[in-house]
Amino acid sequence: MRTTNGMKALAVARKELRQIVRDRRTLVILLVLPVFFLLLYGYALNWDIRHVRIAVDDRDHSAESRSLVSAFVNSGYFDLAAAADDRTIRTLLDRSEVRAILIIPSGLGRAVRTARPIAVQVLLNGDNANTATTVMSYALTIVRSESARYQPTAAQPLVSVEPRIWYNPELRSTLFLVPGLIAYITMITAVVSTALSIVREKERGTMEQVRMAPIDAGPFVVGKTIPYFAISLVSALGIVIAAMALFGMPMRGSWLVLLLALSLFLIGALGIGLFISSVADTQQVAFQAAMLASFLPTFMLSGFIFPISSMPPFLQVVTYAVPARYFLRALRAIVLKGTGIETVWQDLAALVGFGLAVLTLAAVRLRRQWS
Amino acid sequence: MSAISVHDLTRRFGDFVAVDRLTFEVREGEIFGFLGSNGAGKSTAIRMMCGLLKPSGGTATVGGIDVGRDPEGVKRRIGYMSQRFSLYERLTVDQNIRFFAGIYGLRRDRLETRRRFVLEMSGLQSREHVRAADLAGGWRQRLGLGCAILHEPPIVFLDEPTGGVDPVSRREFWRLIDGLSARGVTVLVTTHYLDEAEHCHRVAIIHGGRLAALGTTAELKRAFHGRTIIEVHAGRPVDAMRLLDDMPDVEKTSVFGTAVHAVVSMKPGEAARTIRERLEGGGVAVTRLGPVEPSLEDVFLDVAERATQ
Repeated sequence: MRTTNGMKALAVARKELRQIVRDRRTLVILLVLPVFFLLLYGYALNWDIRHVRIAVDDRDHSAESRSLVSAFVNSGYFDLAAAADDRTIRTLLDRSEVRAILIIPSGLGRAVRTARPIAVQVLLNGDNANTATTVMSYALTIVRSESARYQPTAAQPLVSVEPRIWYNPELRSTLFLVPGLIAYITMITAVVSTALSIVREKERGTMEQVRMAPIDAGPFVVGKTIPYFAISLVSALGIVIAAMALFGMPMRGSWLVLLLALSLFLIGALGIGLFISSVADTQQVAFQAAMLASFLPTFMLSGFIFPISSMPPFLQVVTYAVPARYFLRALRAIVLKGTGIETVWQDLAALVGFGLAVLTLAAVRLRRQWS
Repeated sequence: MSAISVHDLTRRFGDFVAVDRLTFEVREGEIFGFLGSNGAGKSTAIRMMCGLLKPSGGTATVGGIDVGRDPEGVKRRIGYMSQRFSLYERLTVDQNIRFFAGIYGLRRDRLETRRRFVLEMSGLQSREHVRAADLAGGWRQRLGLGCAILHEPPIVFLDEPTGGVDPVSRREFWRLIDGLSARGVTVLVTTHYLDEAEHCHRVAIIHGGRLAALGTTAELKRAFHGRTIIEVHAGRPVDAMRLLDDMPDVEKTSVFGTAVHAVVSMKPGEAARTIRERLEGGGVAVTRLGPVEPSLEDVFLDVAERATQ
């Protein structure tokens, strides 16, 4: 009995694979779209700011003031766009011709030489708070290191902060975002393709014909998901490799652990797809439900973009039901930190739990519809 | 022993009774027709007999197995093909056959002989590698039947198998059904093409979920016994019908093409004479008039009407 069930599942899997291979649309969704998504989001979702246009109002005209200006320009973050004076400051900012203005008060040189504290002013366009914050921190860093040049031996403040950033020393946002993209894209393609594949059979009536055969819901569903699991896994690995090649994502951990994490995550995604297919009767409904169930939680509630720790408490509770939350943490750990199974096992266990729960739910519903 | 035995089979959907206490037996090797208008409950009854739908009441025994107790056992012994039999359009003829053989659990050696049989039966030997989507309706229907009987079931259910197929292909399809029956396979087939009912050994007319009549087509026509159908060709059929409807012995009238059929509770000769006198007395010129054999359509309409009352 067990072997015949296996044979029947295999017959379904073989049929499904043949259908997929002959169906360009599904193939494109499964194999091409993910990499396309990666390119699109990878290049567009980037918080690193370079080439900020800056104007300088140098009222000191000393060697020190010129040194400060060149420190800004040489940092690579700022492009000197204009010279400003009292009258042009406002218009430059109003017309967004520059994003920042550096005002060096007269007496900077003298103050530095006599070791008197003095402040330079940076005016920022705050219409984009994110950009402004980033630009401000750039400017602070530059001014601070410039000022350190003049008093290397002078009394330092009692407490000095010397930040050092691990895993992503340049704080490139791509390194933070790409693992999220991998989770996001994998989730969408896997959920959508599985949900559609079963609902399509319902819609076309082939499902009824299959139900007339002495085949259980179990072997049928297993047979149908095997090809999608395999293709989604290949596709996900493709994204990982593309992310390494295009965005310089490191791969510091073990490929085996990565494969395990990907597989567990995919099983959960396929489970969601199956569950949707047990609820929806038309491909349209299934598609919308699948997008909603995969896109929103993975984008918003997984820590992909918005940190979970800064969400309101009730949303934080909701995130426990989002598999991407666990996968993302494991993925970042494996890829960026190179940690092994000993640190990610809890997340993997959570993925196993999610997979079991959603598969059971889907199986119960599908079986009830079957007979 | 009966191949199919149905007793008080009932299915309700909420307040609506789709199938109402259906009781009948189908003999082995018989072609048993289910006749009824759309929504009469034919498909619901078939789906219950196949184990696809749980009955609300009553029993159905198919191939000696109680469907309610062991639907899976029934599934192994029957073939089923519905009006919207759906092959996998992107797959070839051969791949479709192999898939269905796979889910029926056919072993490799048996698969090969059955595969060849189905290709030959459906006349698709040279088109093994054509995609199902590219087959014309008639071929598709025959391939569908082939896939449904790959596992050589002794009982086959066909739910409007010829819907939307051209007349030539329909006749070809019925030749296949006759062939199955000749080999001892029991076939239960639904249709609303009345000419197809003539192929059946026995016909059940289903109306409003109930069994309205059952018998051979000849028996059903004889149910008109004691009554006569008079076919009237008159210059003014509408006036003729009005006059006929007013006659106490005329049960009902209906339009058949350009003629009017009147069901009269009299012997043929007497009926013809009375009607001619009444029509000519009423000023309607009669071109031709005489008793006719009831067609299956007459029977069907009559049964349906009586069942409604």
